[in-house]
Amino acid sequence: MPLLSVDELTVTFGGRDRRPSTAVDGVSFTVGQGQVVGLVGESGCGKSVTSLALMGLLPAKGVTVGGRADFDGTDLLTLSPARMRDLRGRELAMIFQDPLSSLNPVVPIGLQVTEILRRHRGLKGEPARKEAAQLLDRVGIPDPGRRLKEYPHQLSGGMRQRALIAMAVACAPRLLIADEPTTALDVTIQAQILELLRELVDQEGTALLMITHDLGVVAGLCDQVNVLYAGKAVETAGRRELFGHPTHPYAHGLLGSIPRLDAPRGEPLHPIRGSINDKIAWADGCAFAPRCDHYTLECLTGTPELTEPRAAGHRVRCVNPVLPAVPPTAEVPA
Amino acid sequence: MTAGTNRTQAGKESDAGDGSKERGESQGSKGSQGAKGSQGSGGAAGTAGTAGAVATGRAAKIDRLAELTRRTGATVGNSLWKEAFRRLRSNRMAVIGAVVIALFVVVAVVGPWVTPYSPTAQTWRGEVLANQGKFVGARGENWFGLDHLGRDMFSRMLVGARQTLLVGVVSMLIGLLLGALIGTLSGAAVTLGGRAGRRIDTVVMRVIDILLSLPSLLLAVSIAAVMGQSLTTVMIAVGVVQIPVFARLLRGSMLAQGGADYVLAAKALGIRRKRIVLTQILPNSLSPVIVQATLSLATAIIEAAALSYLGLGNPDPAVPEWGVMLSQAQRFFDNAPMMAVYPAVGIIITALGFTLLGEAMREALDPKLRG
Amino acid sequence: MSLLELDGLKVHFPIRKGILFDRVVGHVYAVDGVSLKVEAGQTYGLVGESGCGKTTLGRAVLRLTGITSGEVVFDGTDLAGLDDEAMRRFRRRLQMVFQDPLGSLNPRQNIESILAEGMAAHGIGADREERREKIKEILARVGLPADALNRYPHEFSGGQRQRIGIARALVLEPDVIICDEPVSALDVSIQAQVINLLEELQESLGLTYLVIAHDLAVVRHISDVIGVMYLGSLVEEAPSDALYAAPRHPYTKALMSAVPVPDPDLEDRRERILLHGDLPSPANPPAGCRFHTRCPWVQDTLCATDRPELTDTGDGHRVACHWTAGIEAGTLVRTRATGIEAVTETAAVAEEPEAADAGPAPDLVSGPEPPAPVPGVPAPAAEADPKLPVPGVLGGAPAPGPAGAPGAPPPAGPGEAAEGGHGRTTGGAGQPAADRG
Repeated sequence: MPLLSVDELTVTFGGRDRRPSTAVDGVSFTVGQGQVVGLVGESGCGKSVTSLALMGLLPAKGVTVGGRADFDGTDLLTLSPARMRDLRGRELAMIFQDPLSSLNPVVPIGLQVTEILRRHRGLKGEPARKEAAQLLDRVGIPDPGRRLKEYPHQLSGGMRQRALIAMAVACAPRLLIADEPTTALDVTIQAQILELLRELVDQEGTALLMITHDLGVVAGLCDQVNVLYAGKAVETAGRRELFGHPTHPYAHGLLGSIPRLDAPRGEPLHPIRGSINDKIAWADGCAFAPRCDHYTLECLTGTPELTEPRAAGHRVRCVNPVLPAVPPTAEVPA
Repeated sequence: MTAGTNRTQAGKESDAGDGSKERGESQGSKGSQGAKGSQGSGGAAGTAGTAGAVATGRAAKIDRLAELTRRTGATVGNSLWKEAFRRLRSNRMAVIGAVVIALFVVVAVVGPWVTPYSPTAQTWRGEVLANQGKFVGARGENWFGLDHLGRDMFSRMLVGARQTLLVGVVSMLIGLLLGALIGTLSGAAVTLGGRAGRRIDTVVMRVIDILLSLPSLLLAVSIAAVMGQSLTTVMIAVGVVQIPVFARLLRGSMLAQGGADYVLAAKALGIRRKRIVLTQILPNSLSPVIVQATLSLATAIIEAAALSYLGLGNPDPAVPEWGVMLSQAQRFFDNAPMMAVYPAVGIIITALGFTLLGEAMREALDPKLRG
Repeated sequence: MSLLELDGLKVHFPIRKGILFDRVVGHVYAVDGVSLKVEAGQTYGLVGESGCGKTTLGRAVLRLTGITSGEVVFDGTDLAGLDDEAMRRFRRRLQMVFQDPLGSLNPRQNIESILAEGMAAHGIGADREERREKIKEILARVGLPADALNRYPHEFSGGQRQRIGIARALVLEPDVIICDEPVSALDVSIQAQVINLLEELQESLGLTYLVIAHDLAVVRHISDVIGVMYLGSLVEEAPSDALYAAPRHPYTKALMSAVPVPDPDLEDRRERILLHGDLPSPANPPAGCRFHTRCPWVQDTLCATDRPELTDTGDGHRVACHWTAGIEAGTLVRTRATGIEAVTETAAVAEEPEAADAGPAPDLVSGPEPPAPVPGVPAPAAEADPKLPVPGVLGGAPAPGPAGAPGAPPPAGPGEAAEGGHGRTTGGAGQPAADRG
């Protein structure tokens, strides 16, 4: 029984005066305890909206959310705002991309951390301060006593992200959602933060839903990977299976288009043509078809189903998947 | 529509960056490979579709794709001004504001020719005197009643609209033109003039700051006091007060734009400084100024009315102006409140119209709403 | 003779204070003495993290920012000494592609007007018609539809906008194009399109590129020679392949080990060198070697006092480090604390992943805070990072192996134990390391 199981999540923006646009179009995935699950995709694929929907952070007006998100027996999508507030920060926590704008600029770090401790753990005064210092220390912020008194702008980018992570893990949440947690950071700082997340998962058994566009980050961190395109999961697999045998033309194309540090120089890149704007509605066919090298008229006859053309547990939404000429011998996914 | 989608298709093809002919062929061959692959994997779709794909080939595929590709905002070649105007048109507040302003302008332009009576003739003087101070209200022949000298209020309102508009527009223009000039020079000096430019800018802006720190009405009163009582005085006084507002606004806007990447790009292209200011920075800095101009029409009308009310306006009783009318009405407010209400409501509605339009324009021109 | 040569280039931004009269209270040492050569027809890749001065350097070459001292010699002319008008004319031959494709295009000009602007400034094309023909030709070359002429920047996708930016540079027929983060604002699938386009154009037009980027993989893919910048100066420069095969400067090593690679096997196996803390402020750079406050190999002598010169260690590989030879030979041990009283971190600590996993060892956390080497730095340059002995945790090589073999297979025992809780198999323990140059 997974900790979080999302079933056919749909998020549609717009209503009366705007043409409705579906940002998330029936996404399903599960996150088990101590598991790191990645949602990968480019801008506009619906990965961030998914995380906001799970956290109940979408605006109440002009948004329609459908499907189920079962978190340990409760459906996150139908919870009352009050119950959701109670759950958020205690059982579910989120880390955002931009640490500066996610922290209140006029409140010292310490107060922002103790606020959470007070709200969810009933800690006050000196015990709360001590606990806050311990949290900062745990996420690798040196001299936490002094840092508690400082304001967000006095910390560096990496330090702020650490502070945010400290706030997120303050109540030992069972599920941590990280939305592009390292995108705004330099690569050496990114390595520090990823290490910290990895450690949290290993030590606490926290489930981590990692949302990112960076396939390199996914390769190093996630156990299970969901590749999203235009609001739908197009490929789901364990990370070794996915990176070893990307089967959806989109995932395959993405991996072929990234310059790799370890590739011999002079090896040409194979970009995916067009842009995310070149898509068709899922109802009409595969949204990726206009950019796909493999598309046939078959691709344009309704939404392709998720199938397992290669290996069990490796699901692909494509009628013309990228398969080797000779069927591979069955491999146990990682 | 068909042409539009075809063009979209063309754009997409070239976005990939290699020859479209070459790729078309590769699509064709890969397409059939893919079809075989899907048969092998036992895809959900029937084999009839696969056979069709092979038979009709590439052209059919691309046609079908073009048909299904829907691009939002397929319009092409619309400048930001055009798009802002489109947003403005769909804003209800903007439409209300524009209608009010249009009515006001029509009244101001044609008003003096369609007045039922002369605005200055004291036609009903005797009746007013006979009434012993009792105000003659609205009635069949005088829609807005009579004033204290027995003149037709409705005619006076119509004629007064033109004066009010004139004062508002001229004083706004004084503020806008002089303010924009100072702002442009200052903004250009600081963005492209190097060290000396920054010095000039500092001095100019301190002077502007001093002007800005004076209460505007006080400043206007002082100017009017020096220059004597006339309509020109009112316009200049109200206009001068607006200069620092426009100067600061445009300078700030230019400074913000001056730091933008496209200005750096223009420098890197080797474009001359003057041209950078005129074609790059200035057009992008105008939005807030246009909004402010609309909003300050409202304030100008109110301030002109205030000056007239204080007795600094046009002394010529033959030329009715809403502010002057309001000022004259105060003496009779106990007996004849309606004499004050008509010009006051006129001023309020007009100012409101400009404010509504200005606020809507601010929204329409906001770059954050682009896209 | 190289096409473009920088010699001791310095760009210092004064920090001013005061209301009416500016008073200079300090300087930001954005670029602090950089010398490099860009050969005609080649690509020089400049890589570094934010705040290292790479963007400022690119702008200084075009004199978009003032040059404090040093020379920028382009085709035999020192650009630093030119007057404004002469420099303006030279800009035709040195062009730039910017990071933000939308922000670098004037939103109120249509594409034709954007592209014609530069041509008019340099007198290219006799009239409007002639310019239009030329623009059409360039648009086709960068893969944009002909109807783009009348459209506005906001009507294009990100990748197309960057193509416009490239076309804008190309219409002037430049010799050198400085690409400042040309793909970092684009989606992954679009990045490759633009990279391929840049390479294709270089081949057909014989362009010379100075590519500035933070993404090491992109830079490595596109460059012939790579320079690594840290806090205003070059720390290492080498041919692309040589740099990747054998990075010699500790910062380059750390940078490379931090770049995630989309390959789970490699990710699990590789050694990670985590740096302490953050970049010191360029307004107050550390004395001696700029990197010594974060360097894992910092030594008692020289590092904090003498600034290392960029010296050739053979075959065109230049490194600015006092201890290259020792690090190379593996005779120097990694130290972890910073400052003068460097505490030597023995390899033994790194080999105890269980200890590191169970919680930070007390001496690592509550150890004396290293004195901040310079006052006024917003964050202390050194951060007592309890997670530093990471190589062991990750199952990587425990000791700094010779630089040629960073991907050595992990020791099976402790590495596996450390990973057990993660439900992840190390998998590739027995396999040889993937091709690493």
